[in-house]
Amino acid sequence: MEDFDVIVVGAGPAGIAAGLTAVRNGMKTVVIERGEFPGSKNVMGGVLYTQATAKLVPEFWKEAPLERPVTEQRYAFLHGEDSVSAGYRSPRWAEPPYNAHTVLRAKFDRWLAKKAEAEGVLFITETVVEDLLYKNDGAVIGVRTGRAEGDLLGKVVILAEGVNALIAKKAGLHTQLGPEHVAVAVKEIISLPREKIEDRFQLEQGEGATLELLGDATAGMVGTAFIYTNQDSLSLGIGCLLSEVVKFKANPNDLLERLKAQPLVRKLIQGGETKEYLGHLIPEGGYKAIPKMYRQGVLVVGDTAMLVNGLHREGSNLAITSGIVAGEVAAGAIKSTDVSEQAMSLYQSRLKESFVLKDLYKYRNSAYLFEENPHFFKQYPEMLTKVAHEFFTVDSVPKVDKQKLMWNMVTEMRSKGAIAKDLWKIWRALG
Amino acid sequence: MKLDDKLFLIRYNTDKESHIKIADDDVCLKQCKHKPCTFLCPARVYKWDDEEESIQVYYEGCVECGACRIGCPYSNIKWGYPRGGYGVAWKNG
Repeated sequence: MEDFDVIVVGAGPAGIAAGLTAVRNGMKTVVIERGEFPGSKNVMGGVLYTQATAKLVPEFWKEAPLERPVTEQRYAFLHGEDSVSAGYRSPRWAEPPYNAHTVLRAKFDRWLAKKAEAEGVLFITETVVEDLLYKNDGAVIGVRTGRAEGDLLGKVVILAEGVNALIAKKAGLHTQLGPEHVAVAVKEIISLPREKIEDRFQLEQGEGATLELLGDATAGMVGTAFIYTNQDSLSLGIGCLLSEVVKFKANPNDLLERLKAQPLVRKLIQGGETKEYLGHLIPEGGYKAIPKMYRQGVLVVGDTAMLVNGLHREGSNLAITSGIVAGEVAAGAIKSTDVSEQAMSLYQSRLKESFVLKDLYKYRNSAYLFEENPHFFKQYPEMLTKVAHEFFTVDSVPKVDKQKLMWNMVTEMRSKGAIAKDLWKIWRALG
Repeated sequence: MKLDDKLFLIRYNTDKESHIKIADDDVCLKQCKHKPCTFLCPARVYKWDDEEESIQVYYEGCVECGACRIGCPYSNIKWGYPRGGYGVAWKNG
C-alpha cells in the first residue's frame, strides 16, 4: 500500500486538471485510469475551449495535438430535404488567444497527461477503481482498485470518472441517473483530404468550422447533430435524450445513417471514408441533477458532477475549470490538515462564484423545457423551412398576399396562443 | 454502412469474461414489453433470443457508453466497466 495526498479517479480533462493542479500545490498525486493510456476511453463531440485550457497549460496551442482552430460556428435547421442556416465567422479566432479548437480526445488527453506526468503526476493505467476505502468511522481514506493488493491510501479522492459516475453512486453522492438526464450520442470519424474540407466549409488553410444541425436532423427527438472539421477528417455525430430514444424506439446508429442521407450532410461528407465509430453519454440534467459535489475527503468534478452546459455546447471548459478548483481546494485542505466536509465545501462555493455554476444555474430549467416541449425540436424547424421556402420562392404572388400566406402557414401549424405560450416558456427558462 | 462493419473499425482488447450481466432473465421475459436495450444500444449488444426466451449479450461489441444501464426500465442490466486495460481503445476519441 502506498500513501498519496490526492488520488484522482479518471484521466479525462477534469481529472488531469485536478491532478496537475494538486501537484503544482505540492501534493503527492496519482491519477488512476482504466484505459491502456489516458485518452483511450475518452470521447466528446470535439470542441475544446481555449481560455479554460490555457489556465491549465498556458499557450498549449504551441505544442498540443489540436485539429483546427474554429473560425466559424454555423447552425442549420433541417426539415426533410430543406435547411435554413446561419452562422458567425471571424478570422480573429484563427490566431492566439483563439476561442476554441476541434480535437480528437484520444490524442489530446494523452498529450495533456504527458504534460502532467512531466510535472510530477503519477499515472496508473489499466486499473479500474471499484470503490472508496473507508475507515471504521466512515471517513474516506483512499480507493480500492481491481488489482490484487490494489488498495491506495490518500487524504483526498477526486472523482473524475465520467458521466456514468459508478463510484459516486456507490458512495451515495449520486442518485441513479434517469434516461431524461443523459443524451446517448454516436459519432463517426470520416476521413477527407484537407483541401476538400477547406473547400466544402470555405475555410482558409488550417482553419476549422463547427456546424450544429437541429430539427429533422434528430427525427423529431430532443437532441442535436453536428459536423466538426478536423485536420483531415470530419467528426459527424448525433445525440438525443435517452428518454426520447426509448420513447421513439430509435437506434442511435440508425439515426446517424438517416442523417448521412440528408442532402446538406451528404454533400459535406461525400467521398469520405469512415475510420472509427464511437458511442458516449452526455450529461444533460443540468443544475437540478448535480450530485452532492463534496463530502469529507471527496470532491466530484467534470461529467461526474453533471457539469455540462448543453445549450451552449460547453463541457470541456467546465471540466477543466472544476478540476483546477478541486485540485486547489484539495491541496489547501490537506495543508491545513482539515479534509472535513466543511472544509471540502469550499469547492462548491468557489464553483458558485465562477461561470461553472452561475451558467448552469441560469439554465436550470432549460433541460426540462426541451424534454417537456419536444415540439420545439420538431415543429419550429419545420415552420422555419416552410416559411423560408415561401419567402424565397418568386412566383408572381404579390408580397402582401405572400405575407398572409406565410402567417397562415405558421398559425395552421401552431395557434397564436400556443406560440405566445412557447415564447413565454423560452423567456422564463433562458432569459 | 452496416453497424457490423463500423464495429469492425473499433480497436477492442476483448476480455474472456463479460462485463455485462442480465440480473434476472424472468424480468425481461415477463415484465419488459418493449425491451429498449435491444434498440437503444449504439452497438446493438443486446438481442432477444426467441428460443432461449432471454436477452443475449454480445458484450464484445460494447462501446462502454452506459446507455443500457440507465435505459433499462427495470434496472435489470448489471453493467460495469471491463477490467483494467480491456474493452474499447479509441484511436481518435
